[in-house]
Amino acid sequence: MKVTIDGIEIEVEPGTTVLQAARMIGGDVVPPAMCYYSKLKDTGGNCRACLVEVSKGSEADPRPMPKMMPSCKTGVMDGMEVKVKTSDRALDARKAVTEFLLINHPLDCPVCDQAGECDLQNLSFKHGLEKTRFKEEKRTFEPENIGDNIQLHMNRCILCYRCVHTAEQICGSRNHGVLNRGDHAQISTYVSAAIDHEMSGNMIDVCPVGALTDKTFRFKSRVWFNKPYNAHRNCDKCCGKTTVWMFGNEIQRVTARKDEYHEVEDFICNECRFDHKDVNDWVIEGPRKFEKFSVINQNNYTRKMENVKIDTEKQILEGRDQDRKKISMKEVPYKNTENS
Amino acid sequence: MGQKILFEKIHIPGIKNYDVYRENGGYASVEKALKMNPDDITEEVKTSGLRGRGGAGFPVGLKWSFIDKKSGNPRHLVCNADESEPGTFKDRYLMEYIPHLLIEGMITSSFALGANLSYIYIRGEYMWVFKTLERAIKEAYAAGWLGKNIKGSGYDLDLHVHCGGGAYICGEETALIESLEGKRGNPRIKPPFPAVKGLWQNPTVVNNVESIASVPWILLNSGADYAKIGLGRSTGTKLFSVSGHVKKPGVYEIEMGITVDEFMNSDEYCGGMIDDRPLKGLIPGGSSVPILPQHLIFKTANGEDRLMTYESLADGGFATGSSLGSGGFIVYNDTACIVRNTWNFSRFYHHESCGQCSPCREGTGWMEKILWRIENGHGTEEDIDVLWSVQAKIEGNTICPLGDAAAWPVAAAIRHFRDEFEYHIRFPEKIKNRDHFVNEPFEKVKHLVAKQTL
Repeated sequence: MKVTIDGIEIEVEPGTTVLQAARMIGGDVVPPAMCYYSKLKDTGGNCRACLVEVSKGSEADPRPMPKMMPSCKTGVMDGMEVKVKTSDRALDARKAVTEFLLINHPLDCPVCDQAGECDLQNLSFKHGLEKTRFKEEKRTFEPENIGDNIQLHMNRCILCYRCVHTAEQICGSRNHGVLNRGDHAQISTYVSAAIDHEMSGNMIDVCPVGALTDKTFRFKSRVWFNKPYNAHRNCDKCCGKTTVWMFGNEIQRVTARKDEYHEVEDFICNECRFDHKDVNDWVIEGPRKFEKFSVINQNNYTRKMENVKIDTEKQILEGRDQDRKKISMKEVPYKNTENS
Repeated sequence: MGQKILFEKIHIPGIKNYDVYRENGGYASVEKALKMNPDDITEEVKTSGLRGRGGAGFPVGLKWSFIDKKSGNPRHLVCNADESEPGTFKDRYLMEYIPHLLIEGMITSSFALGANLSYIYIRGEYMWVFKTLERAIKEAYAAGWLGKNIKGSGYDLDLHVHCGGGAYICGEETALIESLEGKRGNPRIKPPFPAVKGLWQNPTVVNNVESIASVPWILLNSGADYAKIGLGRSTGTKLFSVSGHVKKPGVYEIEMGITVDEFMNSDEYCGGMIDDRPLKGLIPGGSSVPILPQHLIFKTANGEDRLMTYESLADGGFATGSSLGSGGFIVYNDTACIVRNTWNFSRFYHHESCGQCSPCREGTGWMEKILWRIENGHGTEEDIDVLWSVQAKIEGNTICPLGDAAAWPVAAAIRHFRDEFEYHIRFPEKIKNRDHFVNEPFEKVKHLVAKQTL
C-alpha cells in the first residue's frame, strides 16, 4: 500500500495507521500524540492532538475526508494522501487542542517533577499560544493517596487514558480508572483502594504529564541534573533493562528505556524500579543518549574527553615569552643610550 | 387531518394492554413477516425511504443492508430509547401509550436482520415507561410472540429492556453499545461501524424508537405506500414534540412536507403563539440544532416557504437554516432571553460531556463559563469573539457528535442574535437588576445597542 504524507511517499503494510506510517518516515511530519502509545493496545483517539487532513481518501475513492482525522486511529488506504504540517486546518486543530489541554492544566512546570520530560510542555512549546485566553478559575481536585509508590496529582491530568490501558493490559487486575464525566472526570482508584500490582510503576512512565510521579524520586532532583545510564540486572519478573538516573554515585531514579517518541521499549517491574537504588545491583552499560536539543541533554557531556589535552604551564610560558618580546623589545637596541 | 401511522391507534382506550392491541389488528405485521424472506423486508423498508428518526436522518433500509450477514456471528438489533435531549420527548409518548407497537416493530425488524437477541436501551429517568415496556414484553412472551419458535415459524427472539444510568451521551449509538456491555458510556471511534462490529463485537443495528415503530405499517401496507406520504426524500410521517411559547404544546404526528407556518399556526397543531406575542426564534430539531431567527422561520433564504422536511429546514446550511434533528420543536416569543437560553443549553452539554476527548471535555466547560459571565453582566467585549472561536475549535474535532451539538447552538445564537450578547455586555446594570423570570422584550432596548455602535 502506498501512502503520501506531506509529499513523501512510503510503502506500508495493510493495517498500518497514518501515525505509524508518519513515524516510519520520521522527522517533523510525525504528528504529536498525547494519548496514543504504540506499546499498548487500543490507545489513541482521545486527545485529538494528532489530527491530520486527508486530502485524498484512496485510489478507489479519491474524495478528501470532510472531517479532520485522528492519525493514530485512521488506517492507511492505498493511494491515500495526508497533510500534516502542510495543512493549515491540521495546524489550527492542533493549536486548538493545545489550548484546550492547557486551560485546566496548572502551569506549574517550575515545581513539577515532569518538567523536562513532559509531552505537554513540548506540545505547547511548539503549538501553544503565548498568552492564555482562559480567564476563569481552573478546576481542582482533592489530593488522593493511591499507594506507596505512585503520587497522583489529578490537577495535572489530561485524561489520556494511557494509565488505564496500562492497568488493564500490563497489570492484569485493574483497580483504578476514570470516574465522573466531562471536565469533572478524574483518574481515581475504586473505593479508595491502593495500586499495588507489581507492574504498576509503568503508569509513571506512560503518563505524558506530571499527573503520576514516582514517590521515591519526587523533589529529589531535576531530571537534567541527573546523568542517565543504560543498565541491566537479572530479573525474573521483567526484562531487567532499564535506565538509571544518577547524581554522583547515587542512583536517584530507575525508569524503563524510552524511544524517541518517549514510549518505553520494555515494561519493567516495581522491584527493579523502586527497590534497587544501589549501584552494585546494576550492570552499567554506558551513558544514555538523547536527541541534541533535549532538555535532559543540557547537563550531560557524554563525549569522550581524552583527545583534548591542555598543558596550561607550557601555554602560559609561551604567552609570557611573546609578551616579553612585545614589551621589552630585547632585540631592538636602546637608542638613547647609544646617542648619549 | 393528515395521515396517522404511529398515532393511528393511540386513542383507543386500553391500547396499552395486549388484548386490546391484538383486537385492533396488532401483531399482524409479525404474522406477515414470518412468512416472508428477511431480505424482502429490508427491501420494503428501503423502498419506503424511511429515514432514521433519531436525529441524523440516515436511511433505515440502507443501514440494515450494511449489516454483516456473511461473518456468521450472531446479530443484534438495539432500539435507542435513550431520549434525553432538551426539547425532545416524542419517543416517550409512543412507549408509554402504545408499547406493543414498538415491540411489534422490534420483532419484525429483528426478523429482517436475522437477530435472535434484541435490546431496548431506555433512558434511566423513564422508569415508569421502563415498567410499562417490561409488562408489555411479558404479555408478548405469554402470547407467543417472543421466545423460542415464534408461532411455529422456527424463528427465536429474545427481547430485553435495559435501563440506562441517566447519561445523555449514551444516546450516541456506540456509547450506547458500550453502556449496554456494562462499561463506561464512552463513544467508540468509527470505523469499525456497529453494522460490522457492534455489541460484543457482533454486527449490530441501532435504531430510534420512532423508526422501529414505523416498520409494522410499512410491512402491512407497503414501502411504496409509505413513500407516497411526505415530500421528496422526506417520506412518511414524523413526530414533533412542541414546547415553548405556543398555545398547544405537545407531541404531534404530521405528514412531512406541510409548511412551518401551517404547523405553527393551525388549530390542529400548535395553535399559534401564546398570548399572541410576537415570535422571536425557533429551534426545529431539539436543543442541539441551531436556532432560527424570526425572519428565517417561515421563509428560506431564497424566499421560498419553509417546509417541515429534512431538506427545507436545513436549507442554506447553518448560515440560513437549521436541521430537523430529532423533532424537538422549541418556540420562543419576544420575552425569551437568547443569552440565558444559550447558557442553559451550554450548561447541559458541559454536564453531559463524557470527558473522553479533549476539545469537548475542556471546551464545553469553557463555553459555559463564558456564557455564565455574559449572562450575569460580567462579560467583556472580547468574550463574544473568544466564544465564537472556542465553538469553532470544538466543532468537527471530537470523536462523537456531542461536541458539534454543543457548538451549534452557541454559533447560531452569536450569528443571529449578536446584538443581544452586546447588550448584556454594555449594560450590565440592566442585566443585574432584571427579574430573572420576566424578561424585558429585547425589541424595546435594541436602540441602546444601535446608538452605541454609531
